[in-house]
Amino acid sequence: MTLSRRNFLSRAARGSAAAAAAACTAVAAPPAANALQRPPKPMPAEAVGLLYDSTLCIGCKACVKACKDANGMPVEVAPEQTAWNGGEWDTPVELSGKTLNVIKVYTNGTMAEKDRETDGFAFIKRQCLHCADPSCVSVCPVSAMTKDARTGIVNYNPDACIGCRYCVLSCPFGVPKYEYDSPTGQIRKCQLCKHRLAENQLPACADVCPTGATLFGRTEELKAEAKRRVALKPGERTHFPRGDIAGKVGGARDGHEAPVRVAYQQHIYGEKELGGTQCLAVSAVPFDKLNLPTDVPETGYPTLSEGIQHTLYAGMVGPATLLAGLVYLAHRNTKDHDVD
Amino acid sequence: MASILSDRTSGSTESTWVNPHKPIGGRLITEPFLIALIFVGIGGILMAQRFAGGLGAVANISDGYPWGMWVAVDVVIGSAFGCAGYVMAFLAYILNKGKYHPLVRPAVLASLFGYGLAGLAVLVDLGRYWNFYHLLLPWYAQPNSVMLEVGLCVATYTIVLMVEFTPAFLEKFGFENARRKLNRLLFFFVALGVLLPTMHQSSLGTMMVVVGHKLSPLWQTQMLPVFFWLTAVLMGFGVVIWESVMASLCFNRPTEKAVLRKVAELMLVTTALFVVLRLVDFAVRGQLGAPFGAHGTLMFWVETALFIAGILVVLPKPARTERKALFLGSSFVLFGGIIYRLNVYIVGFIPAVGPWSYFPSLAEIFVTVGIFALEVLLYLIFVKTLPVMHAVNAKHG
Repeated sequence: MTLSRRNFLSRAARGSAAAAAAACTAVAAPPAANALQRPPKPMPAEAVGLLYDSTLCIGCKACVKACKDANGMPVEVAPEQTAWNGGEWDTPVELSGKTLNVIKVYTNGTMAEKDRETDGFAFIKRQCLHCADPSCVSVCPVSAMTKDARTGIVNYNPDACIGCRYCVLSCPFGVPKYEYDSPTGQIRKCQLCKHRLAENQLPACADVCPTGATLFGRTEELKAEAKRRVALKPGERTHFPRGDIAGKVGGARDGHEAPVRVAYQQHIYGEKELGGTQCLAVSAVPFDKLNLPTDVPETGYPTLSEGIQHTLYAGMVGPATLLAGLVYLAHRNTKDHDVD
Repeated sequence: MASILSDRTSGSTESTWVNPHKPIGGRLITEPFLIALIFVGIGGILMAQRFAGGLGAVANISDGYPWGMWVAVDVVIGSAFGCAGYVMAFLAYILNKGKYHPLVRPAVLASLFGYGLAGLAVLVDLGRYWNFYHLLLPWYAQPNSVMLEVGLCVATYTIVLMVEFTPAFLEKFGFENARRKLNRLLFFFVALGVLLPTMHQSSLGTMMVVVGHKLSPLWQTQMLPVFFWLTAVLMGFGVVIWESVMASLCFNRPTEKAVLRKVAELMLVTTALFVVLRLVDFAVRGQLGAPFGAHGTLMFWVETALFIAGILVVLPKPARTERKALFLGSSFVLFGGIIYRLNVYIVGFIPAVGPWSYFPSLAEIFVTVGIFALEVLLYLIFVKTLPVMHAVNAKHG
């Protein structure tokens, strides 16, 4: 090289700064204009899920109990509850390694009226939403988290899992949990009672819900039902189905007729969030009040991370080319003298 | 020092090939050695507790912060410290700058321990560690996973580092033939040793892209792989300088002034590039307001101030040959890199459904201290008994 060191350095610095700035503009741009984004994944054709209607929920938590029984999960007593609960009662307040499904309550001011944002309260059911484009599946290095190609249910296989907890870290909804108090802990999350569905039984939560607040069905049908509900006016009489919206899984059940009590929010949670989820929710109280992330893109985050990876490592051409260049240089530069 | 010099002279007369490296020699069981040993013992006991009682028995990690300091410090920051071997191999063998050779072998050794012990930390941190080999089995592989790529890359790189360091063993035990044979193949491992860190150090940044809104806009960007690669490089330079100054003080050796001046220059350029690119990235993302109120603002400024301090210290040319300035400048840059990586993995992280908080438990900290102490212990043994350090004043061919 005839370049002086100073020349080389300053040229390299200037050149790489310019290149990096250009690259920066292309890749850091907002999702719509981002050069490094893979296309979102579509919802599986036969995707199944749940529709939770917060206005119908009476907070009985029968679903929490049924979920524990159906999945063999233990009673949960938080440390601050031990003074009055010696383990006789199951009193989970959040999803955890012991609780796959939980009913939480939003409260404000005097809490005088249900489904009212101010001086009211409202329930929210938390469980896995079974994303169309799940982060947990995208991040899992050993295929322990998988998405069923037909039903779209996000499954977990503890025999494959290495316990890295990347799924816990990455889930935008805070769903997968790990058992930190066990030397052989595993990841715990709702798998939509796939073992019950295999026997044509309903997921336990939808099975026992007395009001139809938790409704099972194909996501397409549930989405249509959600759209119908948010269009209803307060006072209007309507039919609320129970169990399976199609009346097939778990057998046909009577729903109930009732006037709509409050105005629904127009926002159907899970319709668009992060590429859409198979489990949906409707409510009279805004979802950010119910502690769900609302300010999120309409494409899942794996479109961004996999976009980077698929570009850099497409067919391993990039790394292979780089390696070839490095091998050439290293060979040329070391053949005449000892390598340390 | 006298003995090192005379060794070199006698060595040069008995064969055509002069080994430029010499063991430092001296007593093995010293005070620092014993202190490190005690910390290794404490760490070992705590690790046993973790395996008996689960992660929660020792660490403060939770479902809000599933990754704590064992991931952020031992792996993410620790492996950046291991990048000394990466940058020096690149300078010495890819850019063919022979003058960097004296720094390569100690750097490779430091990298070997950095990566090997990051691997140990991963085993402690994995919740289902008995399945760890699934990472290597193709039928479990999930190619979209950034972690799979990092895992495979790091595993391969650790082997590459071992191969790169093997000549030191072969010299020590006099396997001259084997050493020559290996030397003919070494260029391939040198190339791999430059490729692999480029891949996995950038991917350590990509790992956090998928957490989306759970990482503060101060750090969440598609540029994360670029920033992690840059911090790996600038911290690599920082470690080389820091370690050389420390070694010259502790083992009473002269500093490799001419070489360090250039490494300091490179550290200056990469650090400045990093700081400028961070600003460009804010502008492109429309987040120029983020440094004034987004989650983690204070730590963003700590990080940035450290980098700028590092730049300012080595900006005047004469400073780049002064031990004190080199030590200070590289320390600032290293701390900046540490804080940046800590910010991305812990400080800037916003758990999904709160409230959650995380601060490592004392036991958790002592596991990390134990692992670092083991690193120091092994490093001391290796440089004292194996030909790692360049013999003082030796000429390189």
